[in-house]
Amino acid sequence: MNSKLIQIAIENSDTIVQMWLEKIDSLKVDKFSSSTSDELFENTNREFVNVIFTSIKQQGSLIEVVAFSEKIITLGWPLSYITDGLQMFRRVTIDFILSNSDQVDTSFFSELLTSVDRWVEPIIHQLINEYTGSWEHILSIQRIALQELSAPLIPVTDGITIMPLIGTIDTERAKLIMENLLEGAIKHNSEVVLIDITGVPVVDTMVAHHIIQAAEAVRLIGATCILVGIRPEIAQTIVNLGIDLTNLPTKSSLKKGFTSALEITNRKIVDLKPKEDGIEEMIKSLQGE
Amino acid sequence: MSPHSCVKIRKEWDIVSARQLGREMAKKLGFSTVDQARIATAVSELARNIYLYAEEGQICFEVFETIERKGLRMGAFDTGPGITDISQVMQDGYTTSGGLGAGLPGVKRLMDEFDIQSEIGQGTQIKTVKWVR
Ligand SMILES: Nc1ncnc2c1ncn2[C@@H]1O[C@H](COP(=O)(O)OP(=O)(O)OP(=O)(O)O)[C@@H](O)[C@H]1O
Ligand SMILES: [Mg+2]
Repeated sequence: MNSKLIQIAIENSDTIVQMWLEKIDSLKVDKFSSSTSDELFENTNREFVNVIFTSIKQQGSLIEVVAFSEKIITLGWPLSYITDGLQMFRRVTIDFILSNSDQVDTSFFSELLTSVDRWVEPIIHQLINEYTGSWEHILSIQRIALQELSAPLIPVTDGITIMPLIGTIDTERAKLIMENLLEGAIKHNSEVVLIDITGVPVVDTMVAHHIIQAAEAVRLIGATCILVGIRPEIAQTIVNLGIDLTNLPTKSSLKKGFTSALEITNRKIVDLKPKEDGIEEMIKSLQGE
Repeated sequence: MSPHSCVKIRKEWDIVSARQLGREMAKKLGFSTVDQARIATAVSELARNIYLYAEEGQICFEVFETIERKGLRMGAFDTGPGITDISQVMQDGYTTSGGLGAGLPGVKRLMDEFDIQSEIGQGTQIKTVKWVR
């Protein structure tokens, strides 16, 4: 029975494809931005329905399905394009076969449903697997990227290192900050480490506690930690919380922190001959001509 | 936004959601930047205490207005183990978790009104208010 139905579907593939293409066209309006060209949409639809028929002809082979799903994922099309497309294929095929059969009893009907499901389901499974695989892959890459971003350490000049913190600090990140700070301070031979909290939205007792501990650990390896980028409202909340920062040197801005880091390392910034003079002289000499 | 909304605290990141809601409501009510930061910090402390000591609970916000003034109510409710000695936990530096012990006394100073009720085995209720100045 199944093979007979496959034969009917294949023999009438032109009609079924035509019916399906008409239906799938309705997806374009709701699900796709206007940036997807009609041509791309139509070509992909044709490819999609060919992939379905190839799989049916080859008794459920999924090789072309894999290649096709990769293409859809690269295009960034929604998963619903695939699931809706396959549902439409199911409906169209069942409608077509029913309306072209003379004797339709319940057993024929149920066998038809079973057969068509058997064609479509492995394809749906395969496509969904490919999709979730790609999502999981993206998620794990993003997680690594976030972790790399979460406690970066920048060696600015000999002996001076900066850790700019941006965003919420949870316990996992607080641990990472401590590890990177110590590891980096040793690796770069830092005498001064500046922790910049300009981008940290809330400094509560947990965050303050971790910063104090990190600074203490940095002190134990013989370096100095300076907390910089304390916004006025953060300074107020720290005072309200009654957190004692007397053992931790603080500066309001990174610039001031960097200047005192230079002092600690016995250096200072010197302006060379100001550039403006040169330009002014040039203008004068030009006017003189 | 409805004038009354709650955030359930179960995971560490729920603390961030509660904080964001608190800050958003404070901003809409016209609190200053400093007061917004105070409210967000107070939410963070109470939500973290729920996460650490009670495992489950919620932070609720309510806007309320009288003819004379406007304010934000913020409450922390949990069904955790409760607190035996309230005057002890309200002391600066008292902690059972190796923290700074600054959370609860800090919240009292960050907010304008502070009320704590606790029953052993039943849970803890903390109600606070901040007035718009
Ligand atoms: N919701 C709660 N349920 C039960 N016990 C609590 C609760 N909140 C606080 N406690 C107890 O009160 C103590 C003091 O809390 P507080 O927030 O002041 O300091 P902490 O959490 O220990 O440290 P931190 O300075 O990081 O907040 C806690 O150590 C804990 O034992
Ligand atoms: Mg606390």
